[in-house]
Amino acid sequence: MKTIAAVPGALLAALLAVASPPAALAAGGEQQHLLKANIDLSDQASLQRGARIFINFCLSCHSASFMRYERMANDLGIDEEIVKRDLLFAGEKIGDLMQTTMPAEDAKKWFGTAPPDLSLMARSRGPDYIYTYMLSFYLDEDSPSGWNNTVFPNVAMPHAMYEWQGNQKALFTTDEHGNKKFERFELAKAAQLTPEEYNAAMRDLTNFMVYLGEPAKLVRYRIGFWVMVFLLVFVGLTYALKKEYWRDVH
Amino acid sequence: MTTRFMAWIDARFPATKVWQEHLAQYYAPKNFNFWYYFGSLAFVVLVIQVVTGIFLTIHYKPDAELAFASIEYIMRDVPWGWLMRYMHSTGASMFFVVIYLHMFRSLIYGSFRSPRELVWIIGMVIFVTLMAEAFMGYLLPWGNMSYWGAQVIISLFGAIPFVGEGLAEWIRGDFVVSDATLNRFFAFHVVLLPLLLVLLVYLHIVALHKVGSNNPDGVEIKKRKDAEGKPLDGIPFHPYYSVKDLFGVAVFLVIYLSIVFFVPEFGGWFLEKDNFEPANILQTPQDIVPLWYFTPFYSILRAVTWEFLPGGAKLWGVMAMGLSLILLFFLPWLDRAKVKSIRYRGWMFKTAVALFVVSFVILGYLGTKNPSHVDLVLFKNVTWAQICMAIYFLFFFLMPWYTAHDNARPEPERVTFK
Repeated sequence: MKTIAAVPGALLAALLAVASPPAALAAGGEQQHLLKANIDLSDQASLQRGARIFINFCLSCHSASFMRYERMANDLGIDEEIVKRDLLFAGEKIGDLMQTTMPAEDAKKWFGTAPPDLSLMARSRGPDYIYTYMLSFYLDEDSPSGWNNTVFPNVAMPHAMYEWQGNQKALFTTDEHGNKKFERFELAKAAQLTPEEYNAAMRDLTNFMVYLGEPAKLVRYRIGFWVMVFLLVFVGLTYALKKEYWRDVH
Repeated sequence: MTTRFMAWIDARFPATKVWQEHLAQYYAPKNFNFWYYFGSLAFVVLVIQVVTGIFLTIHYKPDAELAFASIEYIMRDVPWGWLMRYMHSTGASMFFVVIYLHMFRSLIYGSFRSPRELVWIIGMVIFVTLMAEAFMGYLLPWGNMSYWGAQVIISLFGAIPFVGEGLAEWIRGDFVVSDATLNRFFAFHVVLLPLLLVLLVYLHIVALHKVGSNNPDGVEIKKRKDAEGKPLDGIPFHPYYSVKDLFGVAVFLVIYLSIVFFVPEFGGWFLEKDNFEPANILQTPQDIVPLWYFTPFYSILRAVTWEFLPGGAKLWGVMAMGLSLILLFFLPWLDRAKVKSIRYRGWMFKTAVALFVVSFVILGYLGTKNPSHVDLVLFKNVTWAQICMAIYFLFFFLMPWYTAHDNARPEPERVTFK
C-alpha cells in the first residue's frame, strides 16, 4: 500500500525534473571532499586482505548477491579449502552466491532500512566514495545508532569497524549564515589499529569492492592489450592492401 | 565447375546480376574522402549490434523482478558475457557517433539534394527508428536511470492535448513504467525495430544505387561516361571501395574496442553510474539525464520554459523537440543553392553550417546539465539552450533565403582527384 501511495509523488518529482530545474534531492550530500582511494587491482595480496575484511564484517549485514565464493577464490588465488575453512561460516557451499545471514525483515526492524546489496556499490558510487565513507564515521548522540557519517549524513549504518579505527568525533565550524561545515575528525578513543593501518585496511577493502563490482576487470585489460596488438597489425595490412589496389586509380 | 554451378544458380536466382549491379560494376565516384567511411561503418555497427544482441537475448530475462540480476549474471557467470554486453552498450553509442557523422557528410556535400531526396528521407526514418531502438534498449537493464529515463520520456506524450494521458498509458501498458512496459519494450527492441531497421537499410541502399553516390565535389559522375557507358570519374565499388572500407573498419575497431576493453563506461557517458542501482520507484536519481545521443533534442525540450504559451511550456517543448527532427526531413526542399557541395558554396552557407554544428554540440552538452546552473559563461544553462535552439531553428527557417543568395562558385566539370 505504501508503495502505491508513493508513486504519484515520485512521478511528480520526475516531471518537475523535466519541466524545471531539479531541486537537488541530495542523497548523501557532499559535505566532505572525497579522499583518493588509490587502489591497485593488480595487487592480489591487497585483494585477498580486502576479501577477508569484506566477508568477516560487511557480509554480516549486507549481501553481495551477484558474486559467488568460488569465483572469488579462483580470481584472487585463494585456495578453495581455505575459503571453506575460514570464510564460510553458515553452511554455505563454495558455489553459492554471497548472501547475508541477516534476514531483511529483522534488518528493517533494527536499522529502519534493509542494508543495500554491495555487489555493485563500487560501480554506482565509485571507489573514492567507499574509501572516504569508511573513514568518516563519527559519534553522534542524536543518531539512533549512535553513529553518523560526514559522507552520508544520517546514514542508518553504525560503524562496523569502530574497534579497528577507534571512536571519532567530528568537529564542525559554523559560518556567518549558520551553516554547519565539517572541519576535521578527532580520535576520541584509542583503537586496535594505527590510523595508517586502518587506512590501508580500508584501501584493501575498497580494492576488493571494485573487483566485486566487476570481476571481469581483472582480465579485460590483459585481453584488450592483445586485441589492440592484433588490430594494429590488421590496420597496417588493410592499409597496404588498399594502397596496392588503388595504384591503378588515376 | 564453378561456372556451371553459377550458371545453374543464375538461371534460378540473380546472384551474379546482384553482385555486379551492386558491387563489382556499381560505379562510385573515385574522390571519396574521410567522410565517406561512415556509411559502411554504420552497417558494420548494425551487424555488431544484431550479433551481440542475439547473445544477450539468450541470457537476458525481460522481467522486472529478474532483469537487473540477469544482466549481472551475463556480466559474471556467462562466459564472455561481459564482452557481449560491453560491445552492445558501446556499440549503441558508436552507432550514433557514426550516424551523426554520416548525416553531417550529407549536409556539407549536399548528398540529400535532388535526385537523392528519397535516400535522405529513408535515412532520416532510419535515424528516428534508431532513436526508438536505443531508447527501448536502454530500459532493459532495469537500472534506476533506465527506469526514470523511460518514466520521464514516456510522460512527454502526456503533454499532447486530450489524448496525451491515454496515449502515455497505452505505451506503458500501465499507469507507471512497470513489468508490462519492460516486456513490450523488449519485444520492440529485439524483434520489431531491428526488423524495421534492416528493411530500411535495404531500402536506403536500393535507393542509393538507383541514383548513384554523391561525392565531395557534388558533381554528377553519370553526366560524363566513356564509350562503354561507364562514368569517367567512377570506379567499381568492389574491389576499390571494399578494400578502402575494410581499412576504415580496422581503424574503427581500434577505437571501438579500446573503449570496450579499457573504458566501457566512458566516464559515465556510455554507462551511467545510477544504472548500477536497480530500478527503484521510490528513489529518483539526482538528475534524470538521457544518454548523450539524445541530449541535443532533450535540451530543446527543456529550453521551452515560457509558461504563458497556450497549453503550457511542456506542450510547446515537446512540439519544439518534434519540430527539430521533422525539419531535417525537409532539408532537400529548403536548400535552394545551385551547387551541392560546401566546397563551391559562399560564406553564408559555411557560416550557417558552422553555427549549426556549434549550437548542436552545445545543446548536447547542456542536455546533460542542470538548466538552472551556470556551466558555460555569463548565462544560466537554460538561457544558452534557448540561444542555441534559436540558431538551430533559424538554420532551417532561413535556409531557402541564404542558400539562394549565397555567392556560390560554379561546380567543376569533373571531380577533383589528387
